[in-house]
Amino acid sequence: MSSAIEEGKTYEPGTYPDLPPPASTVGIIGWVRENLLSSTANIVLTILAAYLIWVVVPPSLNWLFFNAVFEGASRDECRAVMNEAGVKGACWAFIGHRFELFVYGFYPEAERWRVNVSFFLMLAALVPILYDKTPQRGRMMIGSAIAPFVIGWLLIGGLGLEPVPTDKFGGIMLTLVIGVTGIVGSLPLGIALALGRASHLPALRMVCVVFIEFIRGVPLITLLFVASTMLNYFLPPGTTFDLLLRVLIMVTLFASAYLAEVVRGGLQAIPKGQQEAADSMGLKYWQSMRLIILPQALKISIPGIVNTFIGLYKDSTLVIIIGMFDPIGVGRASLADTKWQGLSTEVYVFVAIFFFISCIAMARYSLYLEKKLHTGH
Amino acid sequence: MKLFKTLAVSAAVALASTSGAATAGTLEDVKARGELNCIVTTGVAGFAAPNDAGRWEGFDVDFCRATAAAVLGDANKVKFVPTTGKTRFTALNAGEGDILYRNTTITMSRDADLKLTFLGVNYYDGQGFMVPKALGVTSAKQLDGASVCIQTGTTTELNLADYFRANNMSYEPVTIETNEEGQVNYLAGRCDVYTTDASGLASTRGSFDNPNAHIILPEIISKEPLGPAVRQGDDAWADTTRWVLNVLIEAEELGITSGNVKQHASKAGNNPSINRIAGTEGSYGEMIGLDKQWAVRAISAVGNYGEIFERNIGVNTPLGLARGLNAQWTDGGILYAAPAR
Amino acid sequence: MEATSKPTVARQPLWYRVVYDKETRSVAIQVLTLALLFAFFFYIVRNAVINLETIGKGYSFKFLWEASNYDINQHLIDYDSRSPHWRATIVGIMNTLLVAITGVIVATIVGFVMGVLRLSHNWLINKVVYVYIEYVRNVPVLLHILMVHGVIVNTLPRPKNAISLEDTFFLTNRGFYTPKPLFEPAMWAVFIAFVIGIGFTIWFRHYAKKVQDATGKIYPVFWISLGAIIVVPILVYFVVGSPMTFEMAELTGFNFKGGMVLRPEYLALTLALALYTAAFIAEIVRAGIQAISHGQTEAAYALGIKPSRTMSLVIIPQALRVIIPPLSSQYLNLTKNSSLAIAIGYMDIVATIGGISLNQTGREMECMTIVLALYLAFSLMISAFMNWYNKKMKLVER
Repeated sequence: MSSAIEEGKTYEPGTYPDLPPPASTVGIIGWVRENLLSSTANIVLTILAAYLIWVVVPPSLNWLFFNAVFEGASRDECRAVMNEAGVKGACWAFIGHRFELFVYGFYPEAERWRVNVSFFLMLAALVPILYDKTPQRGRMMIGSAIAPFVIGWLLIGGLGLEPVPTDKFGGIMLTLVIGVTGIVGSLPLGIALALGRASHLPALRMVCVVFIEFIRGVPLITLLFVASTMLNYFLPPGTTFDLLLRVLIMVTLFASAYLAEVVRGGLQAIPKGQQEAADSMGLKYWQSMRLIILPQALKISIPGIVNTFIGLYKDSTLVIIIGMFDPIGVGRASLADTKWQGLSTEVYVFVAIFFFISCIAMARYSLYLEKKLHTGH
Repeated sequence: MKLFKTLAVSAAVALASTSGAATAGTLEDVKARGELNCIVTTGVAGFAAPNDAGRWEGFDVDFCRATAAAVLGDANKVKFVPTTGKTRFTALNAGEGDILYRNTTITMSRDADLKLTFLGVNYYDGQGFMVPKALGVTSAKQLDGASVCIQTGTTTELNLADYFRANNMSYEPVTIETNEEGQVNYLAGRCDVYTTDASGLASTRGSFDNPNAHIILPEIISKEPLGPAVRQGDDAWADTTRWVLNVLIEAEELGITSGNVKQHASKAGNNPSINRIAGTEGSYGEMIGLDKQWAVRAISAVGNYGEIFERNIGVNTPLGLARGLNAQWTDGGILYAAPAR
Repeated sequence: MEATSKPTVARQPLWYRVVYDKETRSVAIQVLTLALLFAFFFYIVRNAVINLETIGKGYSFKFLWEASNYDINQHLIDYDSRSPHWRATIVGIMNTLLVAITGVIVATIVGFVMGVLRLSHNWLINKVVYVYIEYVRNVPVLLHILMVHGVIVNTLPRPKNAISLEDTFFLTNRGFYTPKPLFEPAMWAVFIAFVIGIGFTIWFRHYAKKVQDATGKIYPVFWISLGAIIVVPILVYFVVGSPMTFEMAELTGFNFKGGMVLRPEYLALTLALALYTAAFIAEIVRAGIQAISHGQTEAAYALGIKPSRTMSLVIIPQALRVIIPPLSSQYLNLTKNSSLAIAIGYMDIVATIGGISLNQTGREMECMTIVLALYLAFSLMISAFMNWYNKKMKLVER
């Protein structure tokens, strides 16, 4: 506001300098008045929100950090430290002691480098998929397509590596294996189902509809029970197959049915003219789908697809109910150790934080993608 | 159209014909695989639980290891299949495990209707009640109207229903999935009483901050002979595993320990019973599809029954269980293994 | 072209038609799909039969009529350990429905409130709700259930130190106890008055709309309906002499006896599911309201419509059309997620027939078939209802 008004001076019409806004509408005070105290209802809401923050945040922070004990060999040692200070807090020493178990499950100690390598391979494979300015993206994509197989080989072993049975998988690693396999497997299957449901062939359409509606109609946990209790009866007599594999198949089928509905929504949103234009160009069914319809439909469906993925990833926790050791399962098994009994809150909070961070990362990426791809019409 | 029918039918036939190959016995399967699949719990302190390093330890686990040592020659060649109370029998029947060592009560319906073959008893247990001392309860007969925490998928919920019904008492069952959750609920006062097998109660009580604030009521309301099981219909495998269990019990009776078993095996002694187990007399191993050293390997890997008991659940462990019924018959218990002869 | 080419194609050998004729090809694809599908089902059923035979089990639902031998703490119908398994199944179904229905109601109310608060101009409340929604949506629902259950069981007092309200309502970690109404025969008159009141309201709404369409006269529909449904039955209640007494909950021995109780497992499950679903509903509501352009409100104001009527006649009907489809799938999710009850020991379908019954009888195939069929039935019913409602709302559109 350099052009201050000079007292007593008269101005020609139109040359009167801009007045600064009143002090009460700018700066912090103005912002507070505008956003927090503009009406009685607003004031009540502000007080309510402030009260909520006051009740929830300081005690949580105290429990999580300030009063927490980070070192100790057992729960009793944690207790002793806290009793001395007369406070209550988390016993993170427990998580620290069992951290490797939380991350790798029962994966043999000597072979854990394979899990680490797999993890970095997964990250590397994600780069060209997520980041479109990757140099040589086309060639990198081929690498990304091969990566899942390499990771599978690394984790399971064979062909020169010490084989590791899948029941040793556990903890965060198991969550990632279920999540990533589910995502990689359900995307093509889901698209195929969506195309089948939109197909003109009645038999094919019916099969897809029945499949999708069946899967969407029952809870995942019952499907997991089916996988753990019934599936073996349906196999040829005398054969079994791995519990993890059965779970992976069920999770993939489950996610693919939801994905199919998301993609169907995208397909329906494409104007009919697009298909007609493709037909009039003489494109065959697969050509028109691959070149015209699917790219547009998938673009619209991205938020829904990512949401399905997040749901799948979160649902991987349900495997504890059939006795597999995901992070919650590892935590509970660890609580059976007499040294650490009674620390379930720490387990839940730790796992909650882990899921929160990884899910929010996915959600944020989806938002970014949505904005970037929003070309507008 | 004919072509497709032919195609479809032939596809169906091709699919169907891949199945139906007869399976070899479980013993051969295990030997061929080089690994024993043993079904255990997902974690019960003292009986089967992973330690800090993720290695399985416990009473039941040691029996698995002994079996692996006898059959495969290496106590570490065991794959543990953790199951919940609910999934254990299916896991066995579906072939995910070769043998079930999961504090499982032997009952007639499980034996006959669930198609299991029980091998014997490795722990005599009974269902008891634990209450906080502050309640002032001294007998289970005073529990009318109480809230009772029970673990689902076990025989305990059936016994409990029968007991309260027989005594004309009412109760509120609080059904929980795992032992750990049961403790949380009990300590928080969600229920007045915690009921499970007496061994489990002792292990739970032992892990409390103040064990003396809780008492285990004198009533034992059921018989719970816990024992291993295999699938019905494979008698050879049942024999093999049954005699591993028996020989571990008999070894204690005869004073064969992990410390002296090698010595016994190196030279035949004066006691023919010991000689038969140590493999210096007769060919008992061959009868069950193994070699002469089978029992020696099992005992040197984990010790005899008494050693297994004391190491995992005995008086010097957090569980602090006395031998009680599980003492040898010569010491006032009812452990009475059929002789290996 | 089509007409002339057809006969030529028909004369070609079959393989040629499959490759080059679109219609034959589509028939071929479908026949092949169905054939493979049937072959697949034939194959797995055959395996199941062989496998069951090998271990000597059959496939029969006879066990449903045998005594269940276990007790269930929350049963809305008579049930004890002598009751057969099918009765345990019904108890499970009712418990699932109870959680689903109350959960949906709570989730809808909380979700709408939070959705509206997200649009509030109050920065602080906006951010608080935002953080809450983000937290809830990004943590698995199983964890929420376990945590809420832990909080209820560990922080509420034991029965001896119950938080009591006028010695009528008691809050403990064994549940929330309320007086239980006991009806005397004359209570029928009140119920009849209530039903008549609802019938009258439906008719009156119809009539009021007709009058309004014809003359523009607006009746105070809300108040008259309220009077017919609530006030009249209350009057009848007093006229026939208050035919209702309350049974109070009382602390005797270990527990409160009498009265009605909401058990902690039920409270935890309902609360956790409702709060989880509410976070998703809040986002749906926010998106729905934002989708209605501001011009609609302004136009309604310009026409002189009161703000409350603008909301109920202009904004909400339009927003609902955007909101309902995703809302119905959230209701479905809540119902399906109620199957996680097993984690905290609430006795729903999965815990009764799919849990204890399955385990005690060893009839996996039969029990899982029942559980799957029940959930399918629930889902189809909810979908059907929501589709019907959706269609009804769509008729408003011009």
